[in-house]
Amino acid sequence: MMGLTFENLTLSLRGRQILRGVSGAMQTGGVTAILGANGAGKSTLLACLSGLRVADGGIVALNGKGLATIAVRDRARLIGLLPQQPDIHWNINVRALVALGRLPHHGQWGRSEADDLAIAAALKATDTGHLADRAAQRLSGGEQARVLLARVLAGQPQWILADEPFASLDPAHQLDAAACLRTAARQGAGVVVVLHDLTQAARLADHLILMKEGSIVAAGPPSQVMTPEMLGQTYGVQVHVGADATGAPLIVPVARL
Amino acid sequence: MKINLSLAIALIMAILASLMAGRTWVPFDDWLSGDLASLIVMELRLPRACIGALVGAGLGMAGAAMQGYLRNPLADPGLFGVSSSAALGAVVSLFFGYAAQAWLLPLFALAGAAAGMAMLALLAGRSGSLVVFTLAGVILSSLTGALTSLMINLAPTPFASSEIVTWLMGALVDRSWDDFRIALSVVVAGMATLLWAARSLDALTLGETTARSLGVDMGRLQGLIVLGVGLTVGGTVAVAGIIGFVGLVVPHLVRPLVGHQPSALLVPSALAGALLVVVADSLVRILPSTAEVRLGIAMSVLGAPFFLLLLYKMRRELA
Repeated sequence: MMGLTFENLTLSLRGRQILRGVSGAMQTGGVTAILGANGAGKSTLLACLSGLRVADGGIVALNGKGLATIAVRDRARLIGLLPQQPDIHWNINVRALVALGRLPHHGQWGRSEADDLAIAAALKATDTGHLADRAAQRLSGGEQARVLLARVLAGQPQWILADEPFASLDPAHQLDAAACLRTAARQGAGVVVVLHDLTQAARLADHLILMKEGSIVAAGPPSQVMTPEMLGQTYGVQVHVGADATGAPLIVPVARL
Repeated sequence: MKINLSLAIALIMAILASLMAGRTWVPFDDWLSGDLASLIVMELRLPRACIGALVGAGLGMAGAAMQGYLRNPLADPGLFGVSSSAALGAVVSLFFGYAAQAWLLPLFALAGAAAGMAMLALLAGRSGSLVVFTLAGVILSSLTGALTSLMINLAPTPFASSEIVTWLMGALVDRSWDDFRIALSVVVAGMATLLWAARSLDALTLGETTARSLGVDMGRLQGLIVLGVGLTVGGTVAVAGIIGFVGLVVPHLVRPLVGHQPSALLVPSALAGALLVVVADSLVRILPSTAEVRLGIAMSVLGAPFFLLLLYKMRRELA
């Protein structure tokens, strides 16, 4: 079986069940959004999918091979992870930061031409080329977020997993970053994002996973999952599901149920 | 690379200059003559300068690696307690008077460092957790510090206790080529280990989660850092006692010159550390004091005001 699949994942932390036997499958070439209220287990599921967290039970498989059996370095080449609040601890310049995405690709020393090309492409895709020689810690929050996304793209991973990648971006750059992820998916990558904004999720993703209290309540294309009943049941809010003039979905939480 | 070259040239010049520094002036013609005057240069000053360079290099690189690993510009190689456990080992040998044989003290110091590393590994476990690791280091250093004080307290003769206190101050006085040979292999092995961890330190710039997603094994990295810092610092303490501030201050000075990247910092920090110690050790020799100022003390005296300045600058930057 190709793609990224997870079977019956269970996970408890300090006696609390975070994941209660969740299963699903995702394909490359598309965007999957994981949705759910705070504490529903979205980030934990993403951590399991990235291989950084090992579930108590169940299995995550990449192209039919158990993720735990894949060598760490191969895994790092296949799966790029953008954590929710990544730190930038040293004031390195943007180019050096983006180059970190190439670490799983080259040997102990040195950088190849392929590395330089990938770095240049990632800077271009995220519209951060003009920042290349700036010090990373001096950038604005939005610029840092884009540069960190460029770091993931530079690794040219088969899968891009991102935890709330738009959280610190202004509307214009949210659209840019979303377009960036869509482009990556169109070019053949599998993109998995944890999101809170329902409209954004409905417009960006081909496939949605709706989580509540460690279980998946619904999975499927946005038109099937994004119903007032389903969202009401998941978030406990009344939701207006509509469309704008172009027919693109517009989903607005209105009141608590 | 330009910075490495300039530092290396400066270091060679400092070593040559240090051969002239001392109470006795030896004319250049006599340096290789083989008589008594040349012994001062070839058997006293040259090994001393070489040991100084080695000690500075080890401390500089260990400091750079520690700061990169802990992602904290105020981290010091002494933080893990390896230097104080090495010191404890040396103090034990002084306490029992074993140090009559010149090679026993460094050996005890290295054994102390090894015991410290083993304890650190045992305390921190395989978790790779930074918090547990740092706490384990703090506990180890306070324990070994307390035991060292106990040794001074219980010293059999006043002579032994004063010998211990003097040794703890750290110095390069009366070192021989034997000392250099003992330290060389250990410190070089430690530095090679740290260089091996360079790429993982770069990845840590973006935090632990990102580093792990880039394929860094945190447990293995911790092992490399403990081994690398343990060997370099253990080796330096074995031949020079505790020399503070080099590992803290040198990476700080060098960092802006190499674009702040942890891996790029390692070699220049080693060279700059070597340069600093050789220069400082030459200075304490030509100071017109009755007793020679111990190098460890001189570094602290120089280092503290520097640190104050650093804090002042950082405060203005942060405000």
